Amino acid sequence: MTNLAIAANGLRKSYGDKTVLGGVDLAVEEGTIFSLLGPNGAGKTTSVKILSTLISPDPASGEIRVGGHDLATDPQAVRAAIGVTGQFSAVDGLITGEENMLLMADLHHLSKREGRKVTAELLERFDLTEAAKKPASTYSGGMKRRLDLAMTLVGNPRIIFLDEPTTGLDPRSRHNMWQIIRELVSDGVTVFLTTQLLDEADELADRIAVLNDGKIAAQGTAEELKRLIPGGHVRLRFTDPAAYQSAASALGEATLPHARLRSRGGTPVDESLTLQIPSDGSQRELRSILDWLDSVGIEADELTVHTPDLDDVFFALTGGSGVPNQPRETVR
Amino acid sequence: MSPLALAVRDSSTMLRRNLLHARRYPSLTLNLLLTPIMLLLLFVYIFGDTMSAGIGGGRPDRSEYIAYIVPGLLLMTIGSTVVGTAVSVSNDMTEGIIARFRTMAIHRGSVIIGHVIGSVLQSVISVVLVGAVAVAIGFRSTDATVLEWLAAFGLLVLFAMALTWIAVGMGLISPNAEAASNNAMPLILLPLLSSAFVPIHAMPGWFQPIAEYQPFTPAIETLRGLLLGTEIGNNGWLAVVWCLGLAVLGYFWSTSKFNHDPR
Repeated sequence: MTNLAIAANGLRKSYGDKTVLGGVDLAVEEGTIFSLLGPNGAGKTTSVKILSTLISPDPASGEIRVGGHDLATDPQAVRAAIGVTGQFSAVDGLITGEENMLLMADLHHLSKREGRKVTAELLERFDLTEAAKKPASTYSGGMKRRLDLAMTLVGNPRIIFLDEPTTGLDPRSRHNMWQIIRELVSDGVTVFLTTQLLDEADELADRIAVLNDGKIAAQGTAEELKRLIPGGHVRLRFTDPAAYQSAASALGEATLPHARLRSRGGTPVDESLTLQIPSDGSQRELRSILDWLDSVGIEADELTVHTPDLDDVFFALTGGSGVPNQPRETVR
Repeated sequence: MSPLALAVRDSSTMLRRNLLHARRYPSLTLNLLLTPIMLLLLFVYIFGDTMSAGIGGGRPDRSEYIAYIVPGLLLMTIGSTVVGTAVSVSNDMTEGIIARFRTMAIHRGSVIIGHVIGSVLQSVISVVLVGAVAVAIGFRSTDATVLEWLAAFGLLVLFAMALTWIAVGMGLISPNAEAASNNAMPLILLPLLSSAFVPIHAMPGWFQPIAEYQPFTPAIETLRGLLLGTEIGNNGWLAVVWCLGLAVLGYFWSTSKFNHDPR
């Protein structure tokens, strides 16, 4: 059995009668990237704050262990195992980047020499050597974020919490940050990442939990999550409105050969002269669709296969009430 | 590392951080130093003749009045410095770095202890500067022994520590710098309601008990006695009890506020 870096049972937090987290279970294996994905206000930051000992969970919560230590009874041991880079830069803006790093070295009780060595190495690694002697308040957003993460790494934490580490970064800085995160995990570190960017979770995470309204809406690998949503379809686009009309009516009364097609039928998407037919994207199903199109004499100008991406999952799971079993396009 | 060694090491790291801030951005400290120096010059050179005539029974004697108000102004300097402490604590708490400190395996109280020691050091430096101005315009302590000088210094440090702990608590409950500055204002105003500028017996009868037993008056009377040889009476004990009481109260207040979940 693999060891769990983070194991939380029934994580709860409410302020007054506003419930932020309504019983969240989390299990993160050592040496993996776990991503908590959710819209603003879903409770991502609150989860990080609790797991990193910044705030306490409600007493009704179950047992929470981080790095093998009980959060409630031994918070100092948890703190010794973790590093946190928050949503808002946790750097001291009044002092220089180098002084920030040396401050961390002092607080991790490194010797003067070791502190200087680690500082120089990390500043170099995060491309901050040139700016080392400037006050951190003068840094750009990307530089601050890099300094922030560099400070987190001074103590060699085994578990790192990254709360929306790329929010507000330009694409290049974002890719740099992704590269850094991948390197961390290759060293055996566990990363707990929150994000509202689907591609970020898709790109980095071994496992993803979708948090919505204080509850886990779905959990699994990116592939597993995508399979939850039958969002795939074939799109037919026409340039001639007449051809479109006849195709639409044929589709409307069609007795489609494939079971799935028969039950659902096709849906016209009027504005763009586009029709879409549900499909799982498999070769078999595609062929049967093509055969049927030939047999009824529909000739589209363009045919595209759309497979569900994490966006579909995200919107379906966080879109509000009910279990969504229809991709959102077909609602129109 | 033993808990005590951890506390000492982390607190001194935090102290270094605060001193670095103070050295890099001295304007707040210097601004707060202006208030007591301005008041000293104002009361000596503008109001001096009238005030000393009122106190001395009609005969104006400015140099005697300098001697009278300097002990009060030295303590007022401390009150003024710790307003800066409240502001910088409140500012600091809004910084992300404090959240980082809270998630690190460091001594829990070191953030506050660093602020307290840094602020006491600043108070001492400010008192020395204001004292130097006082000496420059003619303040002399004629008959104080070395022991009395040491006691006076000890009292100033103890008083600074007491007010600093209270100011740290005020900084912690203030959502921003403006609120912190307002909350700490009584620490500058209290000396005006003490025996700093006029003797208690010259105040209205109903007000005398308030002025006599508030923390500044016993400390001022004790300092006056140590530096100028006036009667101390039970003011010495009262001053020490006030200081210890305020320090302990401020300590428990501040630490419990800091240990609460951050807002």
